[in-house]
Amino acid sequence: METLMSILVGILFAIGVYLILTKTLLRIILGTSILGHGVNLLIITMGGLKKGGPPLLGIKNLTYADSLPQALLLTAIVINFATTALFLVLSYRAYKVLGTDDTEQLRGIKNE
Amino acid sequence: MNNLIILPIIIPIIVGMIMVIFRKNIKLQRFLSVLSTIAISISTLLLITQIHTKGIQTLHLGGWEAPFGVSMVADMFSAILILVTSIVSLCCLLFAFHSIGKEREANYFYPLFLFLITGVNGSFITGDIFNLFVCFEVMLVSSYVLISLGGTRNQLSESIKYILINIISSFLFLVAIAFLYAMTGTLNFAHLSIRVAEVGQEGLMTTVAILFLIVFSLKAGLFLFFWLPGSYSAPPTAISAIFAALLTKVGIYAIIRVFTLVFYHEPEVTHLFIGILAAVTMLLGAIGAVAFWDIKRILTYNVIVGVGFILAGVASYTTEGMTGSLFYLIHDMVVKALIFLLGGTIIHLTGTSKLKEISGLIRLHPGLGWMFFIAALSLSGIPPLSGFLGKIFITEGTFERGYLWLGGVGLFTSLLVLYSIMKIFMNVFWGYTDLTEENEKGTTKGLMLPIGILTIITIALGLGAEGIHDYVDIAVEGLMNPSLYIEAVLGGNLGH
Repeated sequence: METLMSILVGILFAIGVYLILTKTLLRIILGTSILGHGVNLLIITMGGLKKGGPPLLGIKNLTYADSLPQALLLTAIVINFATTALFLVLSYRAYKVLGTDDTEQLRGIKNE
Repeated sequence: MNNLIILPIIIPIIVGMIMVIFRKNIKLQRFLSVLSTIAISISTLLLITQIHTKGIQTLHLGGWEAPFGVSMVADMFSAILILVTSIVSLCCLLFAFHSIGKEREANYFYPLFLFLITGVNGSFITGDIFNLFVCFEVMLVSSYVLISLGGTRNQLSESIKYILINIISSFLFLVAIAFLYAMTGTLNFAHLSIRVAEVGQEGLMTTVAILFLIVFSLKAGLFLFFWLPGSYSAPPTAISAIFAALLTKVGIYAIIRVFTLVFYHEPEVTHLFIGILAAVTMLLGAIGAVAFWDIKRILTYNVIVGVGFILAGVASYTTEGMTGSLFYLIHDMVVKALIFLLGGTIIHLTGTSKLKEISGLIRLHPGLGWMFFIAALSLSGIPPLSGFLGKIFITEGTFERGYLWLGGVGLFTSLLVLYSIMKIFMNVFWGYTDLTEENEKGTTKGLMLPIGILTIITIALGLGAEGIHDYVDIAVEGLMNPSLYIEAVLGGNLGH
């Protein structure tokens, strides 16, 4: 299972990096979002994908799932969500003011 | 357990949230923001005296003991940095009152400023590596908004670059944390230190260390600084001053913390790597500072040189080098804010940042001219000002370790820095005065107070170095001897 997850993480990273390297701003934002999902899966894989009960008192299991990576993941998802939202709003504003979403044309824009 | 530790984080965040409610009441916001920075300074002063007498202070949130819960740790190193942060941010706030403009003030400038300080203080004080990430994000999201606040064309195009770089480096940070967790099974700094010492810093662990170094270098502007000159010159003066003073320093803090507490077993690999990056950073930054004829560009490239110089002391990994780094870090926070505020005032007065269009300002503004002169000397480390002592110690440390090239590059770039900043001084303040009182674009009314405070601090830091030497020594002792930190955080339950 871990191997499969690693391959999936690799694919997501590849797609994310490819999208970030394109010129359109919207595709770049989608790329960061996909990269973020890859990172989240990496965290959960690195904690170990054990089959076990939830780590609660009163549940009699031989093995327990590690709850820490899931806590990290929740925080990481929230932060990823916030930065993506901010980035989308900013890119919309930049498109309105600068009149382009091509990063090639965004270079060298100075104050008028 | 010491509840004083949490104050530098909760004061700004609570005051910031209160301010969001009173959006229209600018006077109240100004008053509250000044009050909260003063409150943080006072509480940190109390904390410093406690650390001085009783050693490193810790706070385990919710009563969960160290390796399991979230712990806040205040050692002398972080407490000093928080104190300097609050003083510098107070000065930048005072500067912002008269320069930032009604528009930005009405659109949550002060709450965002306080949230930024929350993130910075949180990064300095947190005791585990995931909370370091969270505090980084708090700081970065505030800085994303501050850098684009106002929405001029230049700000928008620069903020997109800045946000993209920082989002990617945040993801790399998470990747590094994930690998570290897989190998050690813990996130607490003290616990990590024990675990890494137990397993030994083999090849894979060193790789993770280098990954952390890349992430923090992106934030600190060490070698990977290509985003820095553009984004730091885009926002208004008060904001770019606080960025120059604080944001890169948080990255430097993270490098120092991680490479003295956790990954200190292979200094031939990791610390040498930091040294090479520092040397290249200093050279490239100094070349940039010499090449441009634009005030903002020269100043931002000076930020980069400062980063390289501080980390040269860290790379030496000797007591002298660390003492120098800490002295220079304190000096750099004060003097970078000062020189950015001075540069901003010049631009505010003349309406241009091109050196060749300005001349002879000293006849109309002698105070400004002399303070710029003092700041310029302090920046390049002329005695008796604050940069001198740090420079001596860092050079001594690098020579002691045998990195003659590193110390040499540091001294050589100091000359270039002196040249670049004197170029501004001579062009702006000397020569024929073509500016009259009438055709000035702005006034210095209210702007001289924060600049004056910072100038006095930089002189006092130089003359009174003996007074703070005692505290810096305690901080360096904590950095060079990780067992003190581990003992304070974990106490009895050592690593099981």
